[in-house]
Formats: sequence, C-alpha cells, structure tokens
Amino acid sequence: MGIVNDVLDDGLGGLSHNVITGKLEDLVNWSRSRSSWPASFGLACCAIEMMATGGAHYDISRFGMEVFRASPRQADIMIVAGRVSQKMAPVLRQVYDQMMEPKWVISMGVCASSGGMFNNYAIVQGVDQIVPVDVYAPGCPPTPETLIHAIETLHGLIETNQILKRRDETGAGANVHVEYIEPGASPTPVLLGARK
Amino acid sequence: MSDTKIPDTETSDTETPDFYERSVAGTDEGEQQLRPRSELTAKELLREVGAVLRMSEAEVSRLGDLPDDPDEDQTMIINMGPQHPSTHGVLRLMLELQGETVLRCKPIIGYLHTGMEKTGEQLTYTQGATNVTRMDYLSPIANELVFAMATEKLLGIDGDIPERAVWIRMLMAEMSRMASHLLFMATNGMDLGAVSMMIYGWREREEVLRFFQEVTGLRMNHNYIRPGGVAADLPAGWRDGVLEILDMLPPRLDEYDILMTGQPIWRERLQGVGVITPQEAQALGATGPILRSTGVEWDLRRDEPYMHYDQMDFDVIVGSYGDAFDRYAIRLAEIRESMKIVRQILDHMPAGDYRIQDKKVTPPPRARIDESMEALIHHFKIFTEGFKVPEGEAYVSVEGPRGEIGCYIVSDGSASPYRMHMREPSFVNIQCLPHMMRGGLVADAVAIISSVDPVLGGVDR
Amino acid sequence: MSSPTESRQGAADEMRHVARGEYLATVKTLADEGYAMCIDLTCVDYLELPGRHLPDGAEPAERFEVVVNLLDMRNRRRLRLRVQVPADDAVLPTLFDVHPGTEAMEREVFDMFGVEFSDHPDLTRILMPEDWVGHPLRKDYEIGRIPVQFKGANA
Repeated sequence: MGIVNDVLDDGLGGLSHNVITGKLEDLVNWSRSRSSWPASFGLACCAIEMMATGGAHYDISRFGMEVFRASPRQADIMIVAGRVSQKMAPVLRQVYDQMMEPKWVISMGVCASSGGMFNNYAIVQGVDQIVPVDVYAPGCPPTPETLIHAIETLHGLIETNQILKRRDETGAGANVHVEYIEPGASPTPVLLGARK
Repeated sequence: MSDTKIPDTETSDTETPDFYERSVAGTDEGEQQLRPRSELTAKELLREVGAVLRMSEAEVSRLGDLPDDPDEDQTMIINMGPQHPSTHGVLRLMLELQGETVLRCKPIIGYLHTGMEKTGEQLTYTQGATNVTRMDYLSPIANELVFAMATEKLLGIDGDIPERAVWIRMLMAEMSRMASHLLFMATNGMDLGAVSMMIYGWREREEVLRFFQEVTGLRMNHNYIRPGGVAADLPAGWRDGVLEILDMLPPRLDEYDILMTGQPIWRERLQGVGVITPQEAQALGATGPILRSTGVEWDLRRDEPYMHYDQMDFDVIVGSYGDAFDRYAIRLAEIRESMKIVRQILDHMPAGDYRIQDKKVTPPPRARIDESMEALIHHFKIFTEGFKVPEGEAYVSVEGPRGEIGCYIVSDGSASPYRMHMREPSFVNIQCLPHMMRGGLVADAVAIISSVDPVLGGVDR
Repeated sequence: MSSPTESRQGAADEMRHVARGEYLATVKTLADEGYAMCIDLTCVDYLELPGRHLPDGAEPAERFEVVVNLLDMRNRRRLRLRVQVPADDAVLPTLFDVHPGTEAMEREVFDMFGVEFSDHPDLTRILMPEDWVGHPLRKDYEIGRIPVQFKGANA
C-alpha cells in the first residue's frame, strides 16, 4: 500500500516529469523531415553536384536522405537538378504525378529555378511552370553546401506544417482531423528545426 | 517477328547482283576479295541484320494497342528511361527484347537539348566559354579549351599564346580528365552493383574539385580557359595542392584494382560484354576509349599533338577485345597516365604571362584601369561589346576524356560567332550502343551504357 | 568584301568545296583513299550573309552549306568538305552507306536546319520533340527568349 501510495504520489508527480505530451502532427512532421527520400531526377551538371552531396564529403545521409529512390512511388522529395528542356517537361510532370503525397520539390540550380543562362526556345524558363516548387536553390551549379541549405530549409518547412495546405487542396492523405488555420497576412516563418 | 507489325526497314538486299558478278567474275577470291572501303563498312554493318530499331516513338506507343499474343516468340519493345537511375542522364532507350535478350535498340536523345549552339551565336567570344563549358559538364575544361583554341585560330594568335598559359591549360585539361575518369569509376561501379565505388570515386573527385576551386573559383563549369590564355594565374601554393592529389591517388587506384579489376564478379560482368569491332567503331565515328578498346591506337594528344603534348612522355592505352572491361581498364590506366603527365607539367611550368598581351583580346589588369584611360576603354569594350574576330572558319579538335571534342566556328567579323558547332564525342559514341547491345542481356545493357560513358549534356547540347 | 568562307589554312587543315552533284561520289572516293572516318557533319545557314562569294571554281553560294569533316588516321590528315545546298531544294544524298556514323549527325542537321538527306534510313527529329514545328538553328528562327528585367542582356 505504501508502495502504491508512493508510486501514485511520486508516480503521478514523476509522470509529469517523465512523459512528454505533444501533437501527433508534430511527431509525423518530425519523422517526415528526418527521413525524406529524394527521387533521382538529375538532369545535367547540377546532378553531379547532387551526387557529390550524397558522397562522403558532404554526406546528406546525416539528414536521412542518402537513398535516392529510382521509383517515384517511394520518394518524398523531387530535386529537379538541371535544365529542363521542352522534350523533358512532360516526363517531369509525369514523374511528379507518380509521387505519393506528401511530396515536395526542390528546384536546384538556376536553370531549374528560372531557365538560368539559357533564355531560349529549348529550355523551360523555370520548372515552377510545370510543378509547384517549395524551395529554390540558386547557383550554377549550387555547391553542395547550398543544396544542403536548401534541403534544411525544406525540412524546416516540413516541420512547421506546410503540408496541411497541400493536403487540403488535393483532398488526399491520411484520415486525420486537422484544424485549418487561415493564413494571415504575414508569411509563414521558416523555423529550422523548431517546433511550435 | 513476322507476327508483329513492325516495319522492318533494314532487311534490304544490300548485295546488288552486278556487284557480286563483278567480284566473282573478275578475280579468284570471290567473296574474300578486298573490296574498296566505300563499299565495305556499311554493308558489313547492315549485314548484322539491323541492330538499330528504326521505329518512332509514336509507332511504339501504338503497338500497345495490339492484342496479347500468347505466342512465346513475340518480341517485346520496352522503354528504358529517360528517368532511370542507370541511363547516365536523360538517355532514353527503346529496347526490343526476346525474353532477356536484346535484339534491337534505339537510343532517343534530345531530353537535355539546351539550344547551346543558338545561344552561342548570341554571346560574345569571351562569354562563349560559359556556354560551351556546360556541354560536357564532366570535363568542362576540355570544352573551354577547344572553343578558345578555335577562336584563337580565327584571330591568328594561336602561335602567340604565352608559354605559361599553355602549360596551365595542359595542367587543367589533365586534371579535368582525371576528374572525369574518376567519375566514370564511380558510376560504372554503381551501375554494376559495386555501390561503394560511388562513394570512393566521389571522394577522390572531391580532391580534384577542391584544386579547381582554388584555381578557378568554381568546382564545375569553370569558365577559366578563355581566348588568349586563362582567366587568372595559378594561386600561390598550387604546387602543394597538385602534389597532394598526386600522392593521394595511386594507393587509392590500387584499392580500385583490388575491389574491381581482379575480382571475378567484375570480370564476369564486363568481359565479353558490349563487344565492338574496330571496323564498326571507325565506321560509326567512335573516338576515345571506345575506339582504343578495339585496338586502334588513336589519341589526338599523340597523333595530332596540340599545346605541348609532343614534349610529354606518356603511353596511349589500347585494349584488344573491344569489350566493356577493356574500356574500364583503359580509363583506369588513363588516370595513371594523366598523373604522369601532370608530374611532368610540374617540372616544366615556366614563369610568365598567363594570357596574351594583346590589348584587343584580353582585358588589362585591374590595377591599370585606375591609371590609364586606354586600359579603361579596352576593358569596357571587351566586356560589353566583345572583341571582333576576323571573318573565316576554323575547326579545332582536342582529345577529351570521351573522345575527340571539336569546335567549328564560322565568323562573320563581328563580336559573336556566326555559327558555333561543337563536335561532341558522346553524340557520336551513342550510335555504337545498338551494335554493342545486340544479342546481350538486358542487364548487360546497363553495363554497356556505363562503359560508353555518355554525358547527355554533350549529346543534346 | 572578303569572303567569310575562306578558312585559315593551317598545316593540317585542308578544305575543299564540292558540288552537290559530286558530293557522294567524292566522299566515296575519299573513303577509298584512306579518309575512313567521318568525324563531323554539320550545316551553316548563311541567310544573314547574302553577298558571299566562294573561291573560283566553286559553285555559286547558296543559303545552306553542309560541312563534312573527314579523318585519315593512317596518314594523319584531315579534310573538310563544303557543299552548297539551296534553300528551295534542300536535299542532299546521305552518307550513311559510306559512313554509318553520319546517321545521327544528319538527323541533327535535318532537325536543326531542315536539310533533307535522301535514302537516310530514319530521317526524323532527334533533338527537338517529334511534333515541333520549325527548324531552330535557322537564322530566321528566333532565339525564343522571354523578356527579362535586365536591359541589354545578350541572351
């Protein structure tokens, strides 16, 4: 009895020190951002820097992203690395459509972000004309540090519930009751690694 | 194959009756007679019963509407790419398979077409290097080098480039070749299953890229070799950087030998795969390691030497079987040869100017702009208008890591090229793919693409 | 004005003008003489240089000029052939039977310039999508740039 009393007394008091409560959404977002797998969509020179980021020196494995999935069905992030030509644009859209929700897009390099130095008939002037882009990484090619910064920015966006908007639009996803907060006039701050 | 509706365009009767009659009636040898070369190569190739699948993509997609034929002999046309982990970029292959065997293949390119030749007509000659360097992005220095050499030939200053500039160019070209071949090691290993090669290859390549960043400011797409010389001098301490790389690489290359070259699985996967004969390779215009793997000793650095390669002591590595293993071994050995050349360049590097002192072509040093009005005007004109190049045309070629890179410039006397065409080796080497894949397995298709080492930026331009 | 078509004659840089009717026969003869490899086949559109003259003995200058680079490995020499192709009849015989490696190069010339090659096994677009209209590297085809904020940018 004394023990039970002790546990109850200490236990409940102890419980509040030993149990953390939080939102399931935060847990889901944390796990999503820490193991987001990229779909290999390397097109041109930026693909080489993307592979260098996956190499031993810059190592995006510490962010949980070293597995470049060949199949878009298994991928979360599509890093469009390189210039998108007119012939490639439908392929890009098809691969993007084949990815499962939740999915994000990083536009790596200036050619993917805006057409880059090739402002001509052959290159799509910005891949955001085809797929919705979440993070743009400038550079020609962006060094692996820039790409890692872009990836970390995206992870911050994932953690701060940016996905709610997307899910609402598409109407797909898990059967979780979410409370939609109307976005205010101020833009959503990027809190790298922070939780609300 | 008779059940499918594929229009079979290559089964033409290539032997015209009068030709045979002539050959048989004229001499004793009959079919063994040495025919003139103009008659020889195409007929030999076409006699291979057509390795190339001559069907458009629209026709292939219509094939999907055909009813299922339970007949086991029916061949299947599948599509590999353009987004595929092993097509080295956005190369699309249509393969006609019978079971696992590849009968015919058609490479479809154009998914990275950037309009660089058209853009080249809008940019000045100083800006041209930024454009061409992104074609073969695995060895950007080679593209810049050939463009600068073609421009200098048109300007008439190709004999006046200062010695130090030439030696710097050679150093950068060889380092770029090493970086490109290390990447080949990495991707070749990964395509064949030695996934850790990806990490090792990139580890070594990082060292070379660090050297490039010290010298040119960029890891890739350097825009360093410009008409008249190079953009900037080598920084202080560059010798230590080069020596570090030269000391670090040989034991690691020996590691690759242990990991791959002597290993039975590696040999099984590469030996005898993707065989191409010397006649085929020459007929298809292949150059570089593909041609050398068949036994033809052709390397522009030795046979049409440019810069100071005639003073360098290096071997041209040649294979004998024309298979994928030979191409792998050639590239591995070429890394070692490049290291040998770099060591000799270290001994030979002279002091001096790093670009030609021709005020019309190269911009003045920054300090002089403050002092001299003329220097200011020249700087302004070179960077806004560009320097004018006399009318004419020129074709210059160098030995890139994949073969002969050529640059054909037609100038109309203005500050930008009238026509700028790059002869990219990968564009021509891709034509070898159907002939290499024919009769092999689908798994070998991956090994073959990897051994050809195409870079799609050069293929599509 | 001096012709823009004179090349700088270096030691290993021989250039020859060939008439369209003799083009295929010349290439065949050269192949027999040792020029076994066709290194490059490309085209130039001289629409913006209308008054050019070719050296004496060559045929009149036309809009398109197909340039073929041949290589003789045994004797280490190169040869560049230039063939004039008129705009209204832009057809040339294919070199595929002599040099199968020209298949992709001729397709690129067709795609970019619209010059057709008769008897080519597969003359379709290679770099642009199959349903693209127009030939991009012609001089009357716009670069296709979108307007950007920076004034005076070349491309």
